[in-house]
Amino acid sequence: MRRKKTPAQSSASAITPALVMCLYVVNSAPNSLLAIANLAAICKEFLKDNYKLEVVDVLEQPLRALAEGIVVTPSLAKLSPSPPANIVGNLSDKSGVMRALGIRE
Amino acid sequence: MKVKKTAAPRQLPSKLATGIQGFDELSHGGLTPNRTTLLLGGPGSGKTVFALQTLVNAARRRDEPGIFVAFEETTRQIIANAACFNWGLPSLARNKLFFLEAQLSPEVVQSGEFDLSGMLAMLKAKKQELGARWIVFDGIDVLLALLQNPITEMREIYRIRDWLADNEMNAIVTAKIEGGTSEAVNYGFMQFMMDCVIRLGRRLEHGVSLHRIEITKYRGSDFVAGEYPVSFGPAGMEVGAPEPAEIRHAASTERISAGFERLDTMLGGGLFRGSSTLITGVPGTSKTTLAGKFAEAACRRGERTLFVSFDEGAEPIMRNLASVGIQFKPHVKSGLLHMYSARTESIGAEDHLIKLKALIREHRPRCMVIDPLSAIAKAGGLTAARAVANRLIYMAKDEKVTVMITAISEGDDPQTEATELQISTVADTWIHLSYVVRSGERNRALTIIKSRGTWHSNQVRELVLSEAGPMLADVYTAGGEVLMGTLRWEKETEERARKTQRRADTDHKQRELQFAEADTRARIKALELDLERQRAELASYSRDDEARTLSSSEREHELRKMRSADPAGRATLTPANAKVRGGNGSGNSGNGKKARKEARDAP
Repeated sequence: MRRKKTPAQSSASAITPALVMCLYVVNSAPNSLLAIANLAAICKEFLKDNYKLEVVDVLEQPLRALAEGIVVTPSLAKLSPSPPANIVGNLSDKSGVMRALGIRE
Repeated sequence: MKVKKTAAPRQLPSKLATGIQGFDELSHGGLTPNRTTLLLGGPGSGKTVFALQTLVNAARRRDEPGIFVAFEETTRQIIANAACFNWGLPSLARNKLFFLEAQLSPEVVQSGEFDLSGMLAMLKAKKQELGARWIVFDGIDVLLALLQNPITEMREIYRIRDWLADNEMNAIVTAKIEGGTSEAVNYGFMQFMMDCVIRLGRRLEHGVSLHRIEITKYRGSDFVAGEYPVSFGPAGMEVGAPEPAEIRHAASTERISAGFERLDTMLGGGLFRGSSTLITGVPGTSKTTLAGKFAEAACRRGERTLFVSFDEGAEPIMRNLASVGIQFKPHVKSGLLHMYSARTESIGAEDHLIKLKALIREHRPRCMVIDPLSAIAKAGGLTAARAVANRLIYMAKDEKVTVMITAISEGDDPQTEATELQISTVADTWIHLSYVVRSGERNRALTIIKSRGTWHSNQVRELVLSEAGPMLADVYTAGGEVLMGTLRWEKETEERARKTQRRADTDHKQRELQFAEADTRARIKALELDLERQRAELASYSRDDEARTLSSSEREHELRKMRSADPAGRATLTPANAKVRGGNGSGNSGNGKKARKEARDAP
């Protein structure tokens, strides 16, 4: 992952453990919809298929979100690899999100 | 002060008491159900305590579960902070209260806008699970500040309001304000949005931290306007709510002892039950002793008593009073007497009032001593202290507690007291103690300046302290003044000497008269004896005379016979008569002796 930048993605995906994330949203809320779109764009551009993303609709599973320590929506949790990270907001700050998730361009 | 309207202006559901001592009076019942209350205040002004206490009380008293959304502190911090109150929060937190930790940790990265729709969805689920009736958003400003945009903030505030309206919950929202309200754009808007706005504040006055509460808005409800003091006790927050404007104290005609008999006599029979007595005097005039005697007398009657001392510990007071024969120890042991000592430095008068209120509720005294009340003016300004002093007296009256208050006066003139706390007008009885300096001595003098509704002595009396307790000395007046100290002592000694002399004189005279009487009696006895003797003598003499007269007439008769004289006895009688007269005249004659002998032999 350190050796090269953009062209090395396929080889990187082979040695980099898959990114596991959970995105908590309220499906009807504009910020949540934005967040889903922003994350999808980042994943498509930098991760190819080397990631696992679960989208949790807080309206549907409120108690789960509560148990998982969610405060506001949208909220993205990076579960692995460590260190874990939490990002709140509509993920419009692309470089910030990538830094937090440990994704190198 | 506004007074509650008797008729409810609108068909509002009855309010929910917060259980915060004093606040329910200010708000005329508490908070309106299903409405939102906004608490505004600086850091450490008691917002969290107010909100949490309301929640705790609702859960404990009405069995209404609640949700506490903490934006600023963690659950652990909140529970730890509340441990100083007797709420039993940890056990409530297990089944009646739910704490949502809604702070975003510093590690959380923010990327773009977020909103509260997810949180509200979670809270709704939790509400349904718990059956919660109450919700608190504590420190909402912390979260709103992350939005970094006034318009977004306003949007989220609207979101919360709508959610609350949909979910029909009793809500409290707290927000921090620093200094003025205009600082944060949305607070004005928030205040407009909320049904009830309460401001909490803390400020320093003469180096004393004073907490304040004020209801600035209460939609659809009447409330008591103005700032009121707040204090924190074991039950949580307490508000020094104003007493109702109308004074309704029952007047008792029962008299109780002011401490000792002579003082009671001066007061026309003692103090009225439930009255207030003010004792003023410069330091050292034995105000505490007098108050102590009152407390002891109350305990001896078996009445619960509260002895509040400022700036002096209970132990030294008990020791000092014991030296003048006032024993507190047995009464403290039996629980009848409760001693409470407090420092007045850096503690506001309001705090003392609230503490005393709590003590009265706890100990339920019938008699109370506050010594000296003037100490509360030390910290926090005189204006507050004056108000507190007045309210304290009214509070005691409301509770039907007979209260004795001491106050240090600046000078010996009782009038100077009036400038200090100005309680002399409120007190029913005012006793002034002073030093009277005369003939090179300082003596304690007691004057009753006023005593409402009763006759009282208007004499200045000397207060004497001894091991047997305080006493009022006998009154000696000379030259229009009551004598005191040595002058009184001299007068007393003089009086005593005069009395002794008078008694001695009387005794002497009596004895003299007794002697004279005995003498006279003896003489009477002698004379009686004489009389008897003389009577006897007379009787014997008469018999003698008869015999003699008989014999002489015989002799004469014989003589006549011999001489053949005629029998007429006129001439011959003369010598016999003479003889008889002589015997009567003196008892010393030979005849007398003979008569006495005969008289003795006669019976």
